[in-house]
Formats: sequence, C-alpha cells, structure tokens
Amino acid sequence: MTPILSVRNLVKDYADVRAVDDLSLDIAEGICFGLLGPNGAGKTTTVEIMEGVVDQTSGEVLFCGKPRDPSFNNEIGIQFQSTSLQDFLTVREVIDLFGSFYPRQVPTDEIVEMCALEEFLDRDHRKLSGGQRQRVMLGLALVNDPQMVFLDEPTTGLDPQARHNFWELVRTIRKRGKTVLLTTHYMDEAFELCDEIAIMDHGKVIALGPPRELLAKQFEGAVVSLPSGDFQPSDNFSWTTYQRDGRVEIQTSDVNATLNHLIDQNVSLEHLNVKSRTLEDLFLELTGKALRS
Amino acid sequence: MKKFWAVFVARNKEFVRDRASFGWSLFFPFLLLLGFGFMLGGDGQDVFKVAVLGTVPQEAQLDASQSEEAQAQAIQAEATQPENGTGFFSTKHVQFLEVDNLEEALVKVGQHRFDLLLDPGTTTSQPRYWINSSSAKGYLTERILWGSSTPKSYLKQEIEGKEVRYIDWLMPGLLSMNMMFGALFGIGYVMVRYRKMGVLRRLKATPLSAFQFLSAQVASRLVLIIATTTIVYVGSNLLLDFQMLGSYMNLALVFILGTMCVISLGLVLAARTASEELAGGLLNLISFPMMLMSGVWFSIDGAPGWVVNVAKIFPLTHVNNAARAVMTDGASLMAIAPQLGALSVMTLVFLTLGAALFRWE
Repeated sequence: MTPILSVRNLVKDYADVRAVDDLSLDIAEGICFGLLGPNGAGKTTTVEIMEGVVDQTSGEVLFCGKPRDPSFNNEIGIQFQSTSLQDFLTVREVIDLFGSFYPRQVPTDEIVEMCALEEFLDRDHRKLSGGQRQRVMLGLALVNDPQMVFLDEPTTGLDPQARHNFWELVRTIRKRGKTVLLTTHYMDEAFELCDEIAIMDHGKVIALGPPRELLAKQFEGAVVSLPSGDFQPSDNFSWTTYQRDGRVEIQTSDVNATLNHLIDQNVSLEHLNVKSRTLEDLFLELTGKALRS
Repeated sequence: MKKFWAVFVARNKEFVRDRASFGWSLFFPFLLLLGFGFMLGGDGQDVFKVAVLGTVPQEAQLDASQSEEAQAQAIQAEATQPENGTGFFSTKHVQFLEVDNLEEALVKVGQHRFDLLLDPGTTTSQPRYWINSSSAKGYLTERILWGSSTPKSYLKQEIEGKEVRYIDWLMPGLLSMNMMFGALFGIGYVMVRYRKMGVLRRLKATPLSAFQFLSAQVASRLVLIIATTTIVYVGSNLLLDFQMLGSYMNLALVFILGTMCVISLGLVLAARTASEELAGGLLNLISFPMMLMSGVWFSIDGAPGWVVNVAKIFPLTHVNNAARAVMTDGASLMAIAPQLGALSVMTLVFLTLGAALFRWE
C-alpha cells in the first residue's frame, strides 16, 4: 500500500545550522506516527515541511505517492505548536470561520461533540485553559474532515488530567480512520498513542519502529535497581549496569538469576525495585542525553 | 467569496468588540474638535485683510504724484505721527496681500477670507474695490479706506457670501486626518500583530489565499472607517454647525477613495515586518509628514513651490484639497476629478505593491 505521506532525502538549512539532515520517512495510512526527540532535534521543522508551511532546502515530500498540489491543504489538518487566532471571537465563531475556508466542511456541532467543546462554546477563545485551548485547536484541525492530521507537541504544558483527556480525543480521531502525525517529547505519550515512532536527533532519524519492538530490540527483560550504597558491581559482574540518580541499574533478561546472584552476595534487597525499560531509557541509551534537558 | 465574507465578518466583530479602541476611534476626533471649538471661540485675529490686485502702491510714490499742498500735509502728519503714514496703504493692523487672479480673490471675499479687495486701477480703468455686504470687517475696512488720505475715487462693488470660519476650513482636514490614522495604524498594527502572534501562520495553512485575506481586511477597514467618519461628521455638525456647500455624494466618494488609498499604503508598510516597533516607526515616518504637509492644519498654498509639489505625493493632500473644495466651495465632480484620479492611481499602485510584498510569516 502506498504510504499516505513520504519524505525523501529531506534537507533544511538555516543560516548557521542544518535543522533537517537527509531525512527519509514513510507514514502508512491510518496509523498514529510519532516523531520524538529533544528540543532542537528538528521535529517541528520536519513537520512544517511536511505540512507545506516551510519550504525545504532539498528533498521531496509525496502525498499518496504524488507531489503535493494546492488541494493538499484541503486534505490535511494542522495543530500548530504556537499560533493564535483573531481576537475577540468565540469558540463557535472561530470554528465557523475556519470551516468556511474549505470546500468540504464538517458541521460545527459534530466538531463540538468530537472535541468536547460544548461547555465553552460561546466563550472568547482567549479565556480558555490550556487544555480547552488545545481541544479548540484540534477542532480547527478537523473542520475540513482531513485525511491526515498533524499535531505538533499538543500536550506540552498541560496538566496530567488534561493530557489524558487529549489522548482520548486522539484515539477517537484514530478510530475515524484518520492518519495522525504527532510530535512530542513525552515518551509516555508516544508509548500510549503511537503505532510507530521515529526518534530524531540532530536532524536525523536514529531509531524507527513500533515502540514495543524498539524497546525489545534494545533492552531485553527488565531492570533491577538498587541504591548505590547497598551494592556496587564487581569487575566481573555478569550483567550490564548503569549508574543513575544514586542507584545502580542492572539490565537483565533473567530476573530470577540476577536476584539469586545478589542474595548469594548478601546484598540488601530492602530498597530494591524491578521495572521494565521505558522509551525514556531507550532515548538515553541512543542519544546519551535526557529528553527534557 | 465565502472565504472573503467570513474573514470580513470576523474582522468587523474583532474591531467592534474591542470596546476600548473602538470607543477611542470615535471619541478622539470629538476631543480634537471640542479643543478647537474652544480655542477658536475667541477671535484672536483682529487684523483686517485687504487684497490688492497687482502690486501694493507705494505710498511715497502716490504722494509724489500729488499736489505740493497734499505732500506738505502728508509730511506734517508724518512729523506728528512719525510711525503712521496717512495713506490707506500705511494703515496699521491691516494686512495688505497682493493677488493676481481677480476671480479667486472674489471667491475669498465671498468667504470673508479677505475683508476688502482693491483694484488700484490703471490709466485706462477706474479704481474699484469689493466688499462683502454681510461682513462687519468689510464694512470697517471700507470706513478706513474712506477716512484715509489716499486721494482716489474708488468704485464700490458688493459681493455676498457666507463667512468661511477656520473651523469650516479645518473640518475636512480633521476628518481626513482621523481617517488617515485609523487606516494606517488600524491596518498596519493589526497585520503586524497577526503576523507576530501567528494568526497569519495559522491562516496560511488553510486554502485561504493572500488576496482573499487582504481584500477582506481592506474592505472591513473601509466600512468601519466610513462608518466612524460619518458618525464623527454628524456629531461635529451638531456641535459646530460647519459649512457644507457641495454634494454629499461627492464628499463620500472623496473619502471612500481616500480611505482605500491610505489603507493600501498601510498594507505596503506592514507587508513583511513582525515587529511592532519597526511598524510603528514606519507608520510615524509616513503619517507625521503627511499630516503636516497635506494641509490638515494650515494651508500650504503659500509655501515654496517645491513643498507644494512634494506634498502631492501624499494621498491625504488630495483628500484634503478635494474634500475642502466640496465642503467650502461646493465643487462639482468635474472640479475634483484630478484629485479623484490621483487617489485612484495611487490606490492601484499601493494595492499591487502591498500584495506583491506580503508575507504570511
């Protein structure tokens, strides 16, 4: 099946920095694709080139296998990271306004229901909370019943409750058969929502695949973690270890064997915990730096 | 058309709901007018104005042509009142102005801008003078002429016409200045703010074209400015009862074209920048010379020729000239056609330039 969106050898140079460096990606129709990376990795530039908002230095973008034409704008919906709207308009007026730009327009009531805008429909859009505002922006991205929706860091700055609400909305959109491209620097968000992720750093993709597969490929089994004061690995310790936040983390594919070994060594297990690896760890492993530095 | 209309309506709502600036755009011109009404209430100009066709005769020469007796009298008078000649042209507190065009001068007598118009005559024609029969200052100037020692028999001619007060002359300028600030800063700041806040960025990602967006902005501003100008016009008329001799259709035409022109100029200035400081500087750079040189506050007819010519590059000069011609002289459509033509050409140039230079980001 032809990917709904492909980019080939994309390069974007700014005055003193190469923001996107020979990047190629295919996004299959109907999935939620996550683009992850730390601040400055080139996520937003990549997405804005895909959207047609920014022109690339070189490389090409294909929509359904063909170069984008003017009708491309009718087939996509965009939620920008930071844009605003005309002042003094209510939520309903803004949705009607944007709807009128498109030949195909979803009835306002349907948008209101889909994005749960009922309670503040007649309020000035500037007087909304962060979460409400992002729901309105998502609504605007959906007014033209697009095939593909771009969400650029939609939950940055939202409280946990609002983030979870927003995730529900994204799942709803997915169920309606729309392809979603999501950028985020929250690993849990990508893990919750995405069928496939690409991790970016310095304008390049450094890992690509379904989140669980990526984790499984990089880390087998689980992590056994102990305070550094209780345990220090000897030179001939059988497992890979990491020092992190005052704790020693032991990467193991056989938790039983590791624990038996620790018990044989008379290590105190009082403050021990066992957890599975997260995308956060994966990112750290791949790039050597934390996501939200 | 649907998109144009939607943006147009949204912009109108934004303007009208912004109570503070909407209120100010109505309140400010009244404040100006009240200030002027107060300032001009007292009559500060007690100088009589006499226009002389040709050159003002030199009193000494006149004296030389007189009989020796009269000359002696004049010298005697000069001795007792050394600073005062006895001839009419030596009268203190009378300003003598030389004019060449009899018809233009007569119009000004009709408007009370000249108290008396005097034709010293030549060897073949009789000396004449004109006064406005309804002008008190005209009557007084006439008495001075009669009482002076200038020995000529002037033929008296009367003219009728209502006085053009400074406020009548100023009114078109105030309306146009208010329009200019509303158009330039209204369109300029809104575009820059839209660009800075990312409103334009969001709109760019829709099928809305730059032309549809810009034309809706221009139309919205035009309608709002014409509406506020009308309110200010009616309100000021109630307060000051200024003169309006021409047709309202012509005046409306002048203001509609003028507003379009200044808005288009604003589009050019705000085509690219996302900095309010830079935009403010650019707008001031244009609006202040335009306000001073287009004849809002005082006529630049008496200024050096190059100033008059430079002033013609400002749209507001043409608006002022045409509006003033309509309001104080009752000019016909034909009479203001040159100004309307100039405004139309400028509008086209500015619009084309503004659309070509426009960037969403």
